[in-house]
Amino acid sequence: MKFGVIVFPGSNCDHDAWFAVNHNLGHQAEFIWHDSATLGDIDAVILPGGFAYGDYLRCGAIAKFSPVMAAVRRFAADGGLVLGICNGFQILVEAGLLPGALMRNRNLKFICREVRLRTGTLDSPFTSAASSGQVLRLPIAHGEGCYVADERTLDELEAEDRVAFRYLDNPNGSMRDIAGILNARRNVMGLMPHPERATEPLMGSSDGLVIFRSMVEAMVMAAPLQI
Amino acid sequence: MSTLAITPDLIAQHQLTEPEYRKIVDILGRAPNYTELGVFSVMWSEHCSYKSSRLHLKKLPTRGKAVVQGPGENAGIVDIGGGYVIAFKIESHNHPSFIEPFQGAATGVGGILRDIFTMGARPIAVLDSLRFGPLDDAANGPRNRRILQGVVAGIAHYGNCFGVPTVGGECIFEPCYNGNPLVNVFALGVAKKEDIFYASAAGVGNPVIYVGAKTGRDGIHGASMASAEFTEESKQKRPNVQVGDPFLEKLLLEACLEAMQTGAIVAIQDMGAAGLTCSTCEMGSRGGTGIEIELDRVPQRETGMTPYEIMLSESQERMLLVAAKGREDEVFRVFRKWGLDAVTIGTVTGDGLLRVKQHARTVAEIPNRELADEAPLYDRPHIAPPARPLATPAARPVVDPAAALTKLLASSDICSKRYIWEQYDHMVRTNTIAGPGADAAVVRIKESGVSVAMSLDGNSRYCYLSPREGAQLAVAECCRNLATVGAQPVAATNCLNFGNPERPEIMGQLVEAIEGMSDACRFFETPITGGNVSLYNETLGDGIWPTPVIGIVGLLRTATPVTRNFKTAGQPVILLGGLGDCDEVRFGGTEYAKVVLNELWGLPPALDMDYEKRVHDAMREIVAAGLAESAHDVSDGGLAVAAAECCMGGVGAALHFESDLSPEILLFHEGPSRILVSTESPDEVIRIAASHGVAAPRIGITMNDGLGIGNRGATLISVTIDSLRENYEGSLEKQLRS
Repeated sequence: MKFGVIVFPGSNCDHDAWFAVNHNLGHQAEFIWHDSATLGDIDAVILPGGFAYGDYLRCGAIAKFSPVMAAVRRFAADGGLVLGICNGFQILVEAGLLPGALMRNRNLKFICREVRLRTGTLDSPFTSAASSGQVLRLPIAHGEGCYVADERTLDELEAEDRVAFRYLDNPNGSMRDIAGILNARRNVMGLMPHPERATEPLMGSSDGLVIFRSMVEAMVMAAPLQI
Repeated sequence: MSTLAITPDLIAQHQLTEPEYRKIVDILGRAPNYTELGVFSVMWSEHCSYKSSRLHLKKLPTRGKAVVQGPGENAGIVDIGGGYVIAFKIESHNHPSFIEPFQGAATGVGGILRDIFTMGARPIAVLDSLRFGPLDDAANGPRNRRILQGVVAGIAHYGNCFGVPTVGGECIFEPCYNGNPLVNVFALGVAKKEDIFYASAAGVGNPVIYVGAKTGRDGIHGASMASAEFTEESKQKRPNVQVGDPFLEKLLLEACLEAMQTGAIVAIQDMGAAGLTCSTCEMGSRGGTGIEIELDRVPQRETGMTPYEIMLSESQERMLLVAAKGREDEVFRVFRKWGLDAVTIGTVTGDGLLRVKQHARTVAEIPNRELADEAPLYDRPHIAPPARPLATPAARPVVDPAAALTKLLASSDICSKRYIWEQYDHMVRTNTIAGPGADAAVVRIKESGVSVAMSLDGNSRYCYLSPREGAQLAVAECCRNLATVGAQPVAATNCLNFGNPERPEIMGQLVEAIEGMSDACRFFETPITGGNVSLYNETLGDGIWPTPVIGIVGLLRTATPVTRNFKTAGQPVILLGGLGDCDEVRFGGTEYAKVVLNELWGLPPALDMDYEKRVHDAMREIVAAGLAESAHDVSDGGLAVAAAECCMGGVGAALHFESDLSPEILLFHEGPSRILVSTESPDEVIRIAASHGVAAPRIGITMNDGLGIGNRGATLISVTIDSLRENYEGSLEKQLRS
């Protein structure tokens, strides 16, 4: 399977996502420059972490206007898998592909540490390889990861089983401990923790692989049967 | 030419002495104009010219078999095998960080990162050595707390956005830093050996290209500010502190590395201190060439800037490069892709002169070599530092060892710095295999199967008592930190923070520290490949204690690292190096003396470099054989603190000694050459130690129920792990809130 990793000016986890897919997942990854009008021949898109456009104005607020985002929208509308990690999650929210917003952490400081997450649903192409309620150890590294939304949206996310991950020890003040969510069609996921930073024992955890493996399984299932 | 009259007052304002001015007139064969006076004043400032320290810096060892590039370039370079090299250096940003903590520290990070990628290396790690006044200082506490928070936030802001992990460092508090905090930033990058770039302008007729941020009026005379003491007026120098834009620097990094791949770049240098002045004349001087630039072409943020202002601006995130003639477009294409300004502002010439034009008229004309490399050199008078009282100042109170341990663990020097390093992204690039809190940070090189271990050390209490021994102890500890994780030291960088060198006693400290560091670096085979000297760290006549900081890098095979915490109960604990010895005189510089007794006397701990090195060799062999379950170096706070730190993972230990030392000396002396190791195979560890002639007493066993330490049957300490953690973990945050 081939993953496309979008490179915005200021993305800085693009190499990490690329490395995780190529070396630790054993699949292909290629970079897609932000002013591309098309995504090319890929099976899934990753919007990586970093500080796209310096995160000036608001995290993700400028990146959503990058030409590549129109292609990402089309890709998502066609049912393609889109994973937004950290800054990528912020961009997906700004672009309206996911609901809610990400605000300053409750303590007003950048936080980098390993956190524990509980898998909220197995019914998604990003979590299907996990076990029910599986606890993952993944790092966070963000200053603006406090997930907020209005009550109705939060109720809807829960009613539709779209909360992908929740923090066990909420580090940033996110409402209802939400760490990652799905869109209504379940083919777009954003999360603040970094699964690509937990893909081999040397990184301290390999728990992030379950997300990438779920994606691969879903893509294999969806691929046309070749006889 | 500028017509402003060059008066003695104006010369003095530029911190140039009368003889220095006469030298300028000699070099030019005429009086300088205003622009030229400014250009000379920054290049000949202490910060840029090392005029007080150069003579003594020559004593440092700079060569080694792995050293590809020693001092004199933007960073030192060391071969790590497999076709790869590392580039690294430490630099201070002390003065700006006092005036404006957030931006001062942020631009300190930005400056050192540019030094690394100027060489063609991608930065992969940052470490910081920080010194502040006490957080609970009666008069300065609130300001010290604000400075710490600003500095930490500034480092985080720049490093996190740029995408380099901040993987370690140190943070110490002393009253001498009340008016003069220290911010020393170390950065390290990796490159293919054939991709190294140098800052040497070659090829007459080649275009000189300016890239990156536009030039503004910010930071004018920053280098001169860093070369003077602080006075009441210094607060008005805030506009001298630059403002950093880490996003722009990230673009500059990617664009420079990509442009270097075109093969069209001949030389490149960042514009740091002294900006356009320094980058032009240094590149010309190194290449033995001249450089002619037209200021009208320099991208400018403000209108009406004078030649003086443009040449002296320290606006951040700018680079100057020399391209191969006719291949400019290849370079421009890359910078356009990244949305950056890139403009040809001049050419390399054959006459050795820095010729600056504005509106086609020459506004400055100075020989590059004399400007860059022939700054005045001073052999400033120096006297041996005064001897400190050798005896304990007063009868020592008897303190319960457990209470003393509690106090030490909660003290700002020793307590966990988690509050600080959790604000740094220490994982980005997914290479960090031992991060903040470890004895040495370890970052793997994905391309080569080798990892780089790094540590920064400096102890100004020791250096106050004896600058020479203190500097040696810093080198020894740094090498010990590397050995603890199994790394072999290969090279070093230093940052020498001192007071006013025009005072003979301060100059004496500098000379002693350099000589001590020099001896130790020679002995431990860690040549100094570059670094920085920061003098005039004084406010209103009060100088800092001598604070030489050493950064040493080592190499090891990439593998799961040995870490500090005890892992499982029931493992024998060995004190590699033995109990060590200490008398009253050598106890006066310890953290115990500072925190528990509030005293300082005598001499720093005694160091036997030969023994120290054998301990390191033994430790590396133990790690390589996979025998260490955990390892932690004994340093600040001594054995009891080291043992308590090993318990923070939840597994404790019962330790027992048969020693004649008094309890407080046994538990808290800071004699070097000691590492706490837990192991499944004690006999094997003891055998390896013995083969190196190193003592390795078995001192106890790990257990689940807390930390117990006894001597000759008497219990000295018995505490729960929860109480250890409570004191150690939350203390810094508590002190910042108070």
